[in-house]
Amino acid sequence: MSNRFRFILIGSILTFASAFGGLVLLPVWGLGNFEQVPDPETGEMIPPLLTNQEQRGLQVYVKNGCIYCHSQQVHPERARTDLARGWGSRRTVAHDYMNQGRAQLGTMRTGPDLSNIGVRNPSLTWHLLHLYDPQTTSPGSIMPPFRFLFEEQEIGEAGPSPDALSIPAGFAPPEGREVVPTAEVLDLVAYLQSLRLSEYEVPEAAAARIESVIE
Amino acid sequence: MTASDFTKTEGLSASPAEQREMLQRRLEIDRAARWPVGIFLGSSILWLVLGSLLALAASIKMHDPEFLANNPWLTFGRVRPAHLNVVAYGWLSTAGIGIGLWILSRLCGVAIEEYRSLALAALLWNVGNVVGTWGILRGDSTAVEWLEYPTYAAPFLLISFAFVTMTAFSIMRRRRPGHIYISQFYIMAGFIWLPALFFTAHGLLVLFPVQAPAQPPINWWYAHNVLGLWFTPIALGAVYYLIPKIIGKPIHSYYLSIIGFWSLAFFYAWNGMHHLIGGPYPAFLITASVVASVMMFIPVVTVAINHHFTMIGHFKDLKYSPTLRFVVFGAMSYTLVSFQGSLSAIRELNYITHFTHYTIAHAHLGAYAFASMVFFGAIYYIMPRLLEREWPSRGLIRMHFWGSAIGITIYFVMLSRGGLLQGIELNLKETPFMEIVEATIPYLKWRSVGGSLMTIGHLAFMVSFVWMVIDRRNRGSEPTLFANRKPGETKSAS
Repeated sequence: MSNRFRFILIGSILTFASAFGGLVLLPVWGLGNFEQVPDPETGEMIPPLLTNQEQRGLQVYVKNGCIYCHSQQVHPERARTDLARGWGSRRTVAHDYMNQGRAQLGTMRTGPDLSNIGVRNPSLTWHLLHLYDPQTTSPGSIMPPFRFLFEEQEIGEAGPSPDALSIPAGFAPPEGREVVPTAEVLDLVAYLQSLRLSEYEVPEAAAARIESVIE
Repeated sequence: MTASDFTKTEGLSASPAEQREMLQRRLEIDRAARWPVGIFLGSSILWLVLGSLLALAASIKMHDPEFLANNPWLTFGRVRPAHLNVVAYGWLSTAGIGIGLWILSRLCGVAIEEYRSLALAALLWNVGNVVGTWGILRGDSTAVEWLEYPTYAAPFLLISFAFVTMTAFSIMRRRRPGHIYISQFYIMAGFIWLPALFFTAHGLLVLFPVQAPAQPPINWWYAHNVLGLWFTPIALGAVYYLIPKIIGKPIHSYYLSIIGFWSLAFFYAWNGMHHLIGGPYPAFLITASVVASVMMFIPVVTVAINHHFTMIGHFKDLKYSPTLRFVVFGAMSYTLVSFQGSLSAIRELNYITHFTHYTIAHAHLGAYAFASMVFFGAIYYIMPRLLEREWPSRGLIRMHFWGSAIGITIYFVMLSRGGLLQGIELNLKETPFMEIVEATIPYLKWRSVGGSLMTIGHLAFMVSFVWMVIDRRNRGSEPTLFANRKPGETKSAS
């Protein structure tokens, strides 16, 4: 009878190990060793490393859970309408993510995909306003406001701060007060502006472009 | 369990002396389990209530983004992962450990010898959950789905679970000679799989992260298998134990139950990559999981035949036994959620349903309508035996059942519908994105309605539990049933 117990143990470990090999080790070996390559036109190394500020921005993105509503993956035409919605010029490939540190591919699209938000919307002012209160730029949005990433303060003797946001009427703070972005939110926007995952000519890009539009 | 085994373990053919000995043994088992299993089960209910409040906050935020918006600790992107981890590790895992160890101890016919260290492990497990939840809310979430607890919470959980697994081994080694029942298969396997999964995934994703492109496959292997190789085996083990116990009849087919176990072990482990359909990965990797998902029809059908065929002729017991009613609700949901899961893994359907609220509804059908409902039933069964005292109020149990059952039904139906609508419109390139957002809002509000009902049920459960523990008055030896049995119907269901 104790043999039967051993049989359960060994069986459970072997079935587990088979999937571990296929779904953990194989990805680690096959998808965990990408290297930068020179851009065929400019010779710069791509995909670029994140700057220190962009890395800090990724941390802000991570800790405030942007991933729960926004994906970072562009799908081919045959699967979904990502290309038609302007979410990227081609589907993304594994190589595109090599410098992202913590992958934020996501599983939910309550909000639009952000793989190429840096291309689609590079404006610092737009992002700051949108994060301060999404209703200012996207009326009807159900994204939460991130006012806690800004500081509201008295306008000083020397007049308004040069960093102060110009907020549309109805959303602006009371007379005599202004809203300035914190370092955290500036890092976050720098990271968002850096998101151009479909834009780099990695070796897999040409095939991905073709595959993107095959029905 | 064959019919003759069942007659033997139930003492149906035993002499009066043998029956006395068996009852004495059960008493010893339950007294040894009282503190450790009691702490696991009691604290799991507190986590359930906290998890429900976090869930409600997150749900309301989705249709009212200004709700609790100004405190960073309570922003949607922290409350939502806090909810998930609190219910996954605080509620389901804590309850699962208690239920699994108690059933194992009963089926092996031996008491838990390590009850002191196990009680400490139960406290440690709770410390890990407190630290992890605090970590997420203060801004240390890892944003690795299902693994958001920061690294400093992981050692508490792992050390505690090592004690749990060692205790399980000790119980199995000392078991009385005889047959190994299918519940023992499932529960032992679950106690081996969870620490292996957690250790691997936390190590490769959070502590020493592999390069970013390799992370999502490991993430989804882990996230899907927490459900498939941890909650599912414990819950199925509990169903296999409780249904025959309550209706007094052996399971339909012992051989099918073995096929069900091994096919689950093999195919479930290969699930997960279907969450990456359309993503930046080689087709063969994703196809492996699509195939494994569809193959899940085998374990699911065998388990469905076993559970539902065993019940035939005994549906009238649902009128009386709270445990049976919760457990059968859970077993039926298991069949439903598994069929739905296999279908949703097929690429053409996944293109519509994934990335939408439909997937969230599916996850709740699995984690709540199946696993949580079974665990509720098991706790209603175990606690009177641990405390040697009955549940104080049938009204509270009724409130719990209907709050949960109606709540999850509204939740599932409305959110699935909203998700389908969202998926279909997302795939029509002419529909502007904001129109889709607006179209889903009524369904998101329905979700809050369903969630509120579930929370009311959980509060009734907590009150019931606390009342039972505090009020030491003898409530008689009759189990607390939904309705009194007519004279002549003497089955001792509880």
